[in-house]
Amino acid sequence: MNQAGKRYLLWFAQEHVEFRFQEINSLLTAFNITMDFIEKPTDLQPYWMVKFASEQDAKKITQRSVLLRSCIELWGHSNSVDGLHEMMKKFPEHLMEPHLDEDKSFKIEVETFCKHFTQQEKVDKIEVFEYLPYKGPVKLKDPDTCLQYIEYYGVDPNAPPESPYRVFFGRWIASGLRQLIKYLSLKTRKFIGNTSMDAQLSLLMANQAQIRNGDLVLDPFVGTGSLLVAAAQFGGYVLGSDIDYLMLHARTRPSRITQQVRDDDEGVKANMMQYNLEKHYLDVLVNDCSIPFWRDNLMFDAIITDPPYGIRESTEKIGTSKVNCKISEDHLKTHIPAKVEYSLSTVYFDLLNFSAKHLKMGGRLVCWFPIFRDDYSEDDLPRHPCMKLEANSEQVLTKHTSRRLLTYEKIAEYDNCEDVENTIKDFRYKYYETREESRQERRSRKAELRAKGRLEAERRKVTKLSE
Amino acid sequence: MRLGLTPAFLVKIVSSVVLIPARSVHKSELVKMKLLTHNMLTSKSMKGVTVGYPLGINVVDIKVTEVDFNPEFISRIIPKLDWSVLWKAADTIGQLDDLPKELSQEYENDNDFLKKVHHVLLEVDIVNGELVCPETGRKFPINNGIPNMLLNEDEV
Ligand SMILES: C[S@@+](CC[C@H](N)C(=O)[O-])C[C@H]1O[C@@H](n2cnc3c(N)ncnc32)[C@H](O)[C@@H]1O
Repeated sequence: MNQAGKRYLLWFAQEHVEFRFQEINSLLTAFNITMDFIEKPTDLQPYWMVKFASEQDAKKITQRSVLLRSCIELWGHSNSVDGLHEMMKKFPEHLMEPHLDEDKSFKIEVETFCKHFTQQEKVDKIEVFEYLPYKGPVKLKDPDTCLQYIEYYGVDPNAPPESPYRVFFGRWIASGLRQLIKYLSLKTRKFIGNTSMDAQLSLLMANQAQIRNGDLVLDPFVGTGSLLVAAAQFGGYVLGSDIDYLMLHARTRPSRITQQVRDDDEGVKANMMQYNLEKHYLDVLVNDCSIPFWRDNLMFDAIITDPPYGIRESTEKIGTSKVNCKISEDHLKTHIPAKVEYSLSTVYFDLLNFSAKHLKMGGRLVCWFPIFRDDYSEDDLPRHPCMKLEANSEQVLTKHTSRRLLTYEKIAEYDNCEDVENTIKDFRYKYYETREESRQERRSRKAELRAKGRLEAERRKVTKLSE
Repeated sequence: MRLGLTPAFLVKIVSSVVLIPARSVHKSELVKMKLLTHNMLTSKSMKGVTVGYPLGINVVDIKVTEVDFNPEFISRIIPKLDWSVLWKAADTIGQLDDLPKELSQEYENDNDFLKKVHHVLLEVDIVNGELVCPETGRKFPINNGIPNMLLNEDEV
């Protein structure tokens, strides 16, 4: 019971709850760290009570996590305030002493989760701790020891209970990367487009991909490079490709309402320079990913991407249905290649196949996959014999649609996988079908109303006449 | 004994995030392609091309810029390179310095060597020019440092 130094409280931001397990799991395997639950967490609770082998481990995980707010070394917890103080009064002094010595400045912070208290009320809550065996001075800014007292009133801010469900006390160890989300915000990003991924989800993807210093990372649908910014932030060296020449040359219409024309220094590299990440930028190229130009034996450490879903953007690749077409020399300079539809299922099939071939063993592919919620089945997700689905979590977009963040790991050599069959379902047919349906329904309902109105008008006429 | 805590104590000090404004960049900083990328590209996906490697390089101008040295990245990227192709490419554009023709065995601990590789891979950039398919002679223009590898529908 007195392994106090090994019990930790992980406190999450109340956002992207579905992604918590996946993120922490990815980090645990990336750093080869084990973590045990002291208590089984539930989805709604923003906290986990866990055990780590060392403080170092707890720190490593927390400092790399996007979803974690902070981690504290758990000294005590209880279902009641009195219970906690009872417990803390009996807490072995020798465990606290090193942190509350004469030469250690300290402070106590109060957090009340989901219930508001005045400053004075909060001060009163702190005063109760005067029994602690502290010897050092109180220091508010950057103290050596920061103690945290947390009262948890559930997750419904409209109906908090009289007294907290749970109270915790412990020593702050580390904070997560919540500040980085703001720092990399799209709001202040140099070059963005309609489908730029927000900073939080981009960082999350880079964590799912376990990006480390010196990794070679590819985004084959790079767009404005938002995923590569996150990858570079964690030390990745990044390459990207996109079929859209105007996008890579930043000549598409600006997506900011406040911006009339694009600056002439926009581009993926400009984004890297904004955050002093240019040393991690390799190159981007205009390339149709269905016709890759990468050398056969080239191995990437990770591939992170957001393929075109084709609802807002069109999904196309270069090709033609004409037989024996030949473009004459004269036309070549100005010719814009003809495109054929690139079905969603082929996009993903190609992506998995490409990853199986070009990822190092154990390397990860992290990508989004759109689904139609009503008939989602895990069996319909893209599959490949060389690629193991490691994680899969949902972000709901509308009542009927969502996208899933999929993390695959390469587990087998890509030898002769060419005859792998494509069995991926295309969710868009369903999407368009239902939209079509409702449009038709609406149309027929309106027609019905009009018919009714006409009928009634006729009837009135008839009654008038017969009067 | 009181803890001597004032209300100010409770004002959580959220260390403020320093937002970096999008700074404007001189265009010439953006318009470059690296020899590292050349080492990784082939035209093998073109109709009628079997190997398509290495691509030829026609350089209009090159630029040398200093880039932070990360020995870990360089020693991890070396096994991913085709060394003789890199050597030849550096030679073609006159940036060989004294890069050895053969890859030495114990490069991981040879900082001087890693720095030379760092230089050719990351500091030498092709600003304008073209990559050329070795089998068909098809040219891929490098515009503003971004190679255009789009094929036309009759080439796939
Ligand atoms: C969802 S967006 C990705 C946005 C990107 N994550 C960003 O930060 O801006 C998909 C991108 O795929 C590109 N694309 C569509 N079809 C392609 C193809 N066949 N080959 C390569 N890129 C393609 C589009 O031009 C678009 O930029």
